[in-house]
Amino acid sequence: MASPGEATVKDSHVGKKKKPPARYWPEQQKEGKDDNKVGKNEEHAEQAVEQEEQKTQKTTKRKQEGGERDGKKFISGKMDPFPGPARIPEDRINKFKRKDKTKKPRGSHYKLKDMISRSEKASEMAQKQAARFDLLLPEDAGFLEGDEDEDTCTISQEDIADAVDITAGSKYFNLKLSQFGPYRVDYSKTGRHLVLGGRRGHVACIDWQSKQLMCEINVMESVNDVKWLHSEAMYAVAQKKWLYIYDSNGIELHCIRKFNDVLRMQFLPYHFLLATASATGFLQYLDVSVGKEVTAICTKTGRLDVMCQNPHNAIIHLGHHNGTVTLWSPNQKEALVKMLCHQGGVRSVTVDKTGTYMVTSGMDKKLKVYDIRTFKPLKSYFLPAGASCLSLSQRGLLSAATGDIVQVYRDVWSSPVTKPYMAHRVPRTVWGLHFCPFEDVLGVGHGDGFTSMLVPGAGEPNFDGLDANPFRSAKQRQEWEVKALLEKIQPELISLNPTELGQVDRASFAQRHQDRVQALGFDPLAKEKFIPKYKTKGRSSAGGVERRKKQVAYEDQRDVIKKTVETKMKMEKERKQKEQKATVFSSQRSALDRFKK
Amino acid sequence: MKVKVLSRNPDDYVRETKYDIQRVPRNYDPTLHPFEVCREYTQALNSTKLDRVFAKPFLASLDGHRDGVNCMAKHTSSLSTLLSGSCDGEVKVWNLTKHECVRTLQAHEGFVRGMVVRHCGTSFFTVGDDKTIKQWKMEAPGYGEEEEPLNTILGKTVFTGLDHHQKDAVFATCGQQVDIWDEQRSSPIRSFTWGVDSFSAVRFNPVETELLASCASDRSIVLYDMRESAPLKKVIMTMRSNTLCWNPMEAYHFTCSNEDYNLYTYDMRYLDRPMTVHMDHVSAVLDVDYSPTGKEFVSASFDKTVRIFPKENGHSREVYHTKRMQHVICVKWSADNKYILSGSDEMNIRLWKANASEKLGVLAPREKQASNYSQKLKEKFQHHPQIRRIARHRHLPKNIFHESKELRIMKEARRRKERNVRKHSKPGAVPVVSEKEKHVVTVVK
Repeated sequence: MASPGEATVKDSHVGKKKKPPARYWPEQQKEGKDDNKVGKNEEHAEQAVEQEEQKTQKTTKRKQEGGERDGKKFISGKMDPFPGPARIPEDRINKFKRKDKTKKPRGSHYKLKDMISRSEKASEMAQKQAARFDLLLPEDAGFLEGDEDEDTCTISQEDIADAVDITAGSKYFNLKLSQFGPYRVDYSKTGRHLVLGGRRGHVACIDWQSKQLMCEINVMESVNDVKWLHSEAMYAVAQKKWLYIYDSNGIELHCIRKFNDVLRMQFLPYHFLLATASATGFLQYLDVSVGKEVTAICTKTGRLDVMCQNPHNAIIHLGHHNGTVTLWSPNQKEALVKMLCHQGGVRSVTVDKTGTYMVTSGMDKKLKVYDIRTFKPLKSYFLPAGASCLSLSQRGLLSAATGDIVQVYRDVWSSPVTKPYMAHRVPRTVWGLHFCPFEDVLGVGHGDGFTSMLVPGAGEPNFDGLDANPFRSAKQRQEWEVKALLEKIQPELISLNPTELGQVDRASFAQRHQDRVQALGFDPLAKEKFIPKYKTKGRSSAGGVERRKKQVAYEDQRDVIKKTVETKMKMEKERKQKEQKATVFSSQRSALDRFKK
Repeated sequence: MKVKVLSRNPDDYVRETKYDIQRVPRNYDPTLHPFEVCREYTQALNSTKLDRVFAKPFLASLDGHRDGVNCMAKHTSSLSTLLSGSCDGEVKVWNLTKHECVRTLQAHEGFVRGMVVRHCGTSFFTVGDDKTIKQWKMEAPGYGEEEEPLNTILGKTVFTGLDHHQKDAVFATCGQQVDIWDEQRSSPIRSFTWGVDSFSAVRFNPVETELLASCASDRSIVLYDMRESAPLKKVIMTMRSNTLCWNPMEAYHFTCSNEDYNLYTYDMRYLDRPMTVHMDHVSAVLDVDYSPTGKEFVSASFDKTVRIFPKENGHSREVYHTKRMQHVICVKWSADNKYILSGSDEMNIRLWKANASEKLGVLAPREKQASNYSQKLKEKFQHHPQIRRIARHRHLPKNIFHESKELRIMKEARRRKERNVRKHSKPGAVPVVSEKEKHVVTVVK
């Protein structure tokens, strides 16, 4: 991002990078240097500055800002060639932008105005600081460029593994497990650990970078899906009948009989929810921190074997046989959204990290890209064989498995793609795909075992140590676990827009009142019905009671009557005025009146 | 072919030896931190709950007086010293850090009505029911010496209040009239009267040091300029004010505690309506004192509670009570903004935390940072219904709870009646009077 990084290819991690100290912005590097050279002579330097000022308005602006410091010269008499704070590129600031500026309230809300302007100033400063910090990020993303007339998709994995350094090269490997395949794959949140689940019961956990086997068991049942829970200490296995949870030593911790016939699972890491989709059409949520079922939703759409989560808002996407994709939250028994995406069944769905794009593939051999903020189709591609598995990487590379070929595409949503970025053939049909977080690695589970592919440019180069740290120690993990559990988000807060909680609730009084009535089942503000007191000595005769009721009824209607009378009077007045005007007009003799008889 | 694959050197990410601290590389990219708002909300909710869990405001009770504590005075230069005077004429000097009495002297016969420490902190003044003003040394008398006042002035009438000038050797007393005294003379250099009435409190303005204000028993608050011979102006309210306190930061504001269960914050320049009416007490408010930051004040009431109000809020943010605390007569906010001292009828002085859940003592920088962060989050989400409900929840003694409910019902009834009267009378005949204007009778200049 910060620099192309070509110079750093050869000594990517061995020793510190030796770059020339970067100037603040690339275009004016030369001029800055010139300044320094000519700077020996003051007049020349000033001229140069003047020229610069004429060149762009922005620079002049900066100069003016720095004008306060103009008085400050170095002892040598030289001027500071870069006065004022360094400029930050606009796009980098926009990356950290959370919100548009709020409209200032009109009128004399001076306190509110002051508060808004203060908080805006603070957030602007935070934004700028974060943007500046971006410059210091240590790693650059990977990339792959072919020579002239060379397609990157023709470059084989072996070539890439040979070209890169040994540690990176060792990340391309095959596990030949032909006995119990095909395999489902899942990487843990930090990307250090891998769990493999073979269709015929083989489950294995591997610290895949050091190639250490953590545990290996055979559950002696068919395995539909495997998923890591919040840390690498536990994983869930969807077996033939029930859902099981094992720890990293392969010891069975729980068998959850409430969750039967599970086909696919998704783990929502910030909510500690395990969402499962079953063959019976149920979507169930399990809170793994307390071990309770949160909700079970009967989707009434048959066998659910296509599932993914939106990592931006924790909404579950399900694909169905009739070509629809439905969006679910645990708070609602019906689907939030139903989209008809394909003619024919949906084979796979995936959503990108920012929650902007959804990619689906169907039996109609189409690959479609949707904007799921507006639910509009953006791109549609035809794949001759149709994609059976899809997966999106952190930096937006799309991998699609067609039969036994894994293809990786770049920029599927921005520009029409004709050729894949990379392609690789695995021994047998692909069963599961998963990009490894924070690594340029794609894990492919297939009928003949597991293949770890190198996909340069797939992973996020700079991780956040407090969120997901691949290098964390046991102590750090424990601490992270406590922190994460403390800020566990309640399932009630899952909604299509996760920032809604931070916005002003502008519901009108009427709306709120209606909600309240609906929630309570009665209207708390409703006036009580008047029941006349029972009076003795014959004063509660039916007629008397009616009369008393009528009095009160009149009381209630008094205001209404008053108003109607007033409006009537007003209308009458207006009518009279109009009539008067009309008579005035009619009293004037027109030229044609002489013909009247 | 040009290729680069991510390959991190563990040396850059793992500490070298176990004696180093762990490395934590950060990346502030918002896409790596999803659900920011939800997580912050959860944190705010948790810290609000923890606040309630850790709310243990009561620190200590200082006992030793043999009658109700009638007045207290903060030392001007020592944080740990407190002076208190009781209804039997005894004055005690306390060491707050050790929670012990360091000196006792019999200052007056009858009540000690008021006491104040001189700005230099070397001596203090007391007034009592025996019509005397006495000046005492701050240091205890040496071995064999007798406890004697430095100065004694015999007045003509009973003094009920006392305050000292911020800089000069001048002090003011109140009783039948407000007197300005020079420390060197035995007769007042100036006396102010406005009609015949008695005064219950007098206070110098901390910034405009020549100004003072007093509460009179004819339900008025009178402002004076020491340099002039006549009072400046007065506002008459519906009920009598007991004491008043100037805001130390915005010294044109003052708050008075009133007999009608409310406190009123006035701007000195516009006395025709108070800036804020602070309601919540269920009995007469007896004393008020501002925090040194001028953002909050504490009030003591006859209903056996102490309440803390933000200066611009109509309702209190905190209420303190114990089973044994009786009518609270005087209250002080310590000069370091951390503690509150309340003196009550049942002869005890109680030490409270100003912020109920605050951790006392020196905080580590990370602790401080964490508490600041959670403070900000609480502030950010304070209006969310669940958080507000938890933050506002207080346990009240049964009688106060019921009393406040009753008051609410009464107020509602009054409002309803007024509305009905307005409905059934000629439009404009019954004007709408705001709560603020309701309590001011008139302003006299």
